[in-house]
Amino acid sequence: MEATWLDLGPITQIEAGMAATLPVIGGEEIAVFHTMRGEFYALVNKCPHRQGPLSQGIVHGDSVTCPLHNWRISLKSGKALGGDEGCVPTIPLKIDCGRIYLLRESVVGQKAA
Amino acid sequence: MNAPTTFDPARPACEKLVVIGNGMAGCRAVEEILERDRERFNVVIFGAEPRVNYNRIMLSPVLAGEKTFDEIVLNTAEWYAENDIELVSGDAVDHIDRERKTVVSRSGRVEPYDKLLIATGSDPFIIPVPGRDLPGVVTFRDLDDVDKMLAAADQGGNAVVIGGGLLGLEAAHGLSLRGMNVTVIHLMPTLMERQLDEAAGWLLKQELERRGQTILTGADTEEIVEKDGHVGAVRLKDGREVPADIVVMAVGIRPATMLAKTGGLECERGIMVDDHMVTSDPDVLAVGECVQHRGQCYGLVAPLWEMCRALADHLTEQPSGYRGSVTSTKLKVSGIDVFSAGDFSGGDEGEDIVMRDAARGVYKRLVLRDNRIVGAVLYGDTGDGNWYFDLLRKEEDVSDLREGLIFGQAFALGGGALADPNAAVAALSDDAEICGCNGVTKGKVVQCILGGAASLDAVRSGCKASASCGSCTGLVESLLMLTLGDEVQAGASTMCKCTSFGHDDVRRLILEKELKAIPQVMQELHWTTPDGCASCRPALNYYLLCAWPGKYEDDQKSRFVNERLHANIQKDGTYSVVPRMWGGLTTPQELRAIADVVEKFDARMVKVTGGQRLDIFGIRKEDLPAVWADLGAAGMVSGHAYGKSLRTVKTCVGLEWCRFGTQDSTGLGVKLEQMSWGSWMPHKFKMAVSGCPRNCAEATIKDFGVVCVDSGYELHIGGNGGIKVRATDLLCKVATEEEALETCAAFIQLYREDAHYLERTAPWLERKGIEWIKAQMFDDPDAVRRLAARFRHSQQFMQDDPWAKRAAGERRDLHSHLATVVPAGMEYA
Ligand code: SRM
Ligand SMILES: Cc1cc2nc3c(=O)[nH]c(=O)nc-3n(C[C@H](O)[C@H](O)[C@H](O)COP(=O)(O)OP(=O)(O)OC[C@H]3O[C@@H](n4cnc5c(N)ncnc54)[C@H](O)[C@@H]3O)c2cc1C
Ligand code: SF4
Ligand code: FES
Repeated sequence: MEATWLDLGPITQIEAGMAATLPVIGGEEIAVFHTMRGEFYALVNKCPHRQGPLSQGIVHGDSVTCPLHNWRISLKSGKALGGDEGCVPTIPLKIDCGRIYLLRESVVGQKAA
Repeated sequence: MNAPTTFDPARPACEKLVVIGNGMAGCRAVEEILERDRERFNVVIFGAEPRVNYNRIMLSPVLAGEKTFDEIVLNTAEWYAENDIELVSGDAVDHIDRERKTVVSRSGRVEPYDKLLIATGSDPFIIPVPGRDLPGVVTFRDLDDVDKMLAAADQGGNAVVIGGGLLGLEAAHGLSLRGMNVTVIHLMPTLMERQLDEAAGWLLKQELERRGQTILTGADTEEIVEKDGHVGAVRLKDGREVPADIVVMAVGIRPATMLAKTGGLECERGIMVDDHMVTSDPDVLAVGECVQHRGQCYGLVAPLWEMCRALADHLTEQPSGYRGSVTSTKLKVSGIDVFSAGDFSGGDEGEDIVMRDAARGVYKRLVLRDNRIVGAVLYGDTGDGNWYFDLLRKEEDVSDLREGLIFGQAFALGGGALADPNAAVAALSDDAEICGCNGVTKGKVVQCILGGAASLDAVRSGCKASASCGSCTGLVESLLMLTLGDEVQAGASTMCKCTSFGHDDVRRLILEKELKAIPQVMQELHWTTPDGCASCRPALNYYLLCAWPGKYEDDQKSRFVNERLHANIQKDGTYSVVPRMWGGLTTPQELRAIADVVEKFDARMVKVTGGQRLDIFGIRKEDLPAVWADLGAAGMVSGHAYGKSLRTVKTCVGLEWCRFGTQDSTGLGVKLEQMSWGSWMPHKFKMAVSGCPRNCAEATIKDFGVVCVDSGYELHIGGNGGIKVRATDLLCKVATEEEALETCAAFIQLYREDAHYLERTAPWLERKGIEWIKAQMFDDPDAVRRLAARFRHSQQFMQDDPWAKRAAGERRDLHSHLATVVPAGMEYA
């Protein structure tokens, strides 16, 4: 089956160094990150530690520091960095002509915990 | 024409190769084929441009006046003639008929082929804004575009370049050299963000601005405005208008796939090709920017050369195969050296090596993964770019070079002595200069160390080496090692792992060097990471805010979430809202407004806090602005229960009601809170005013506490009730309320200007000593007044209720969702 991509609109909606949220009815909320060097990533918006909303953390390099207890999570892999262990699912994302697209299957496929 | 033009019965009939696109890839492919087998094909090349093939990348120097068109021609008319190639120039191909195996040109010419090669390059992307078709809007792709720009430049005036990538900046540079007044409008916050990280992008922006260009980053074009039938200005989404006599669109390119698509060839972003550059039709090949190979489209020439080789190998039956390219970029703006290659985003799973030399304006960053270079960004000194790129492409293990790698090839490969930095330093003569800023020689540093300076900090204060820009820190550390061996003491702790400087040095240098932005601090003070970390970014943001009140623009992305959203994040991701209740006082209107909010937004709990006010729990981030619109309407402002800032001022009932009260403690509390709310501080700051020594407001465990007595006011400082309880020290006693307020303002400012970020007054006082604080405030009879004046000046800019603005719609992006996804089938659920 061909992949379907959800169009989330223009990249200008998210300032570099920030993230935006995408609630999914019946599923997990997703956080879309825009790093300081202009890259975009999407992750389930739940810290592997105690479900902190990663979208609200400080973004630096290609990681985000969780606002609740400062775990550092890689935006590329969703893995906890440093000494911590855990992983949050990542969502395939692409940018085309200045718009953000997420892989639909992955967006709706995240079961709410 | 029916018969092949060079039919020669003496040799076997050749196949006919028709090439669409007389550009860099098309011609190169033909050259590669000729090199392998001159007899194989009869070649006909169609070119839309009315000229021979030239070096497109040199259009920038042509625009800048550094080269002429003749100098950039790659294939002269003679070349086509000598190789029996028919060039049909100025006639674009309109249609491919794969069934008949012919192409049809715009002028109606029908050309049959055996093999067809599509090399149509890219089309400039035009952003779909009103006014894009106006005369005076040009792209930057071919010689005609350059001619249009030159004609405009002859008239002088204003040029606006939309797009701050490679092409846009080269166009801007050329137009600027040709005397136009140039503004670059770039959507992203960083120039060339696809090639540069924030640090390098910032340096580039500074340099271009120094050269007189106006660079607007984070600027989104709304419309190109007409004036007398021609472009007149560019209007941005934020309402600004930039006058323009010419607008250059350089926002990106798209593979030119139209022809292939209508010809029924498989296309995605580009024309799909395999490793031999064959499309979905075995007789049709494609090379250059128009193709998509293994999911990748390219916009640089290096990959084209590799593609052309694979294509020629395949056509002459010695298939080799193309495997994709790693690319590197250089900006062709004279006097600015920028180089970037590979993937340099990965700070975390990779390892960053950063070197900055502020004096020379150099920034170098290498990204390593598994001991291999995977990315490089160089600014200011790109001499080693090719060497790094070579190591990157060959995926060479650089473990052995690791120490000296960032210093470049000469250093790293310089053999034994040089590869070990300590040995290299040992080899320096005594009068070799170590610290350029302060002119300190190696001899002096060693003397200083032998004289008892056993840590980096001690050396810095002893002989000033490494105390200014810090670029010689490594050298000083080596000298410490060489002189003292294991006896080197770890210095005062640094701010974080991103820098070798401690908080005090950073604060001092921000003032001394007049550093006004986070990327500037990072560059000038040689940060070892590209954009800092979650601990230094908020600290720098605070230091800059404190140093340059009213001038520094707060950096929201360097703020902890609570300070960004002006509410306290809770464990379930909702927020709590604590409106201010001045001095613990409230009114029926305020209580009613709070009650209404609790009901309207379904808040799950209201609680009286330990700080004498009400806390509303369970508000969702998207509701925050509305909550505050309601509270604001009742005259309430944010309580900053979240911030490194003034929290609460607790009071007791005091003179007005209490039988022991000596002064108006409630009134003073309200005045203190009104004076100091909104101020950002190193850590949270709490105050209290008790009406008598019974101290019901617990003033002696506050950062600043007032205990009223008959004869006036005792002012206490440095108390803490939290993790480690500390009772206050008495600072002084004053007679009037005015003096109490003035002394409070002065004390807060001293704390703001001196303490380390995240250091509360209690540990700060213990570090500095009460005597030091008293000396700062009272030795000079004018000190309190001056400190207080600085505080009040800064408060002018701080005391704006963040919530009034949020409620009015500012930064809506922080509070709203991108969208909500409703999975199919759930729409009716
Ligand atoms: C709401 C409140 C508890 C309550 O229900 O009463 C409270 C709640 C929190 N306190 Fe507190 N503190 C509250 C009064 C206090 C007090 C009492 C006071 O201010 O008189 C203290 C001791 C006094 C002091 O600070 O010296 C207090 C000492 C702390 C500390 C330890 C500080 C220290 O220096 O040791 C922390 C941790 C920190 O700040 O790093 C803390 C941190 C917190 C945080 C911010 C924890 C966090 O980071 O999420 C809690 C936020 C809850 C929220 O979302 O609203 N809270 N906290 C009080 C809010 C007062 C207000 O109106 O602003
Ligand atoms: C100003 C500028 C500066 C650049 N600087 C650099 C640089 O520093 N480094 C770098 O690596 N790259 C640079 N590039 C990119 C580089 O020029 C391109 O990657 C390269 O030219 C692509 O080659 P190509 O053959 O695929 O496309 P082109 O060179 O564009 O050739 C395609 C040709 O096909 C013609 N054509 C299109 N459709 C038809 C049709 N239907 N019929 C007939 N002809 C058609 C076009 O007119 C064009 O002449 C720069 C580009 C520009 C514009
Ligand atoms: S005492 Fe601890 S649990 Fe209670 S509010 Fe303060 S920080 Fe939270
Ligand atoms: S929930 Fe993220 S660090 Fe605890």
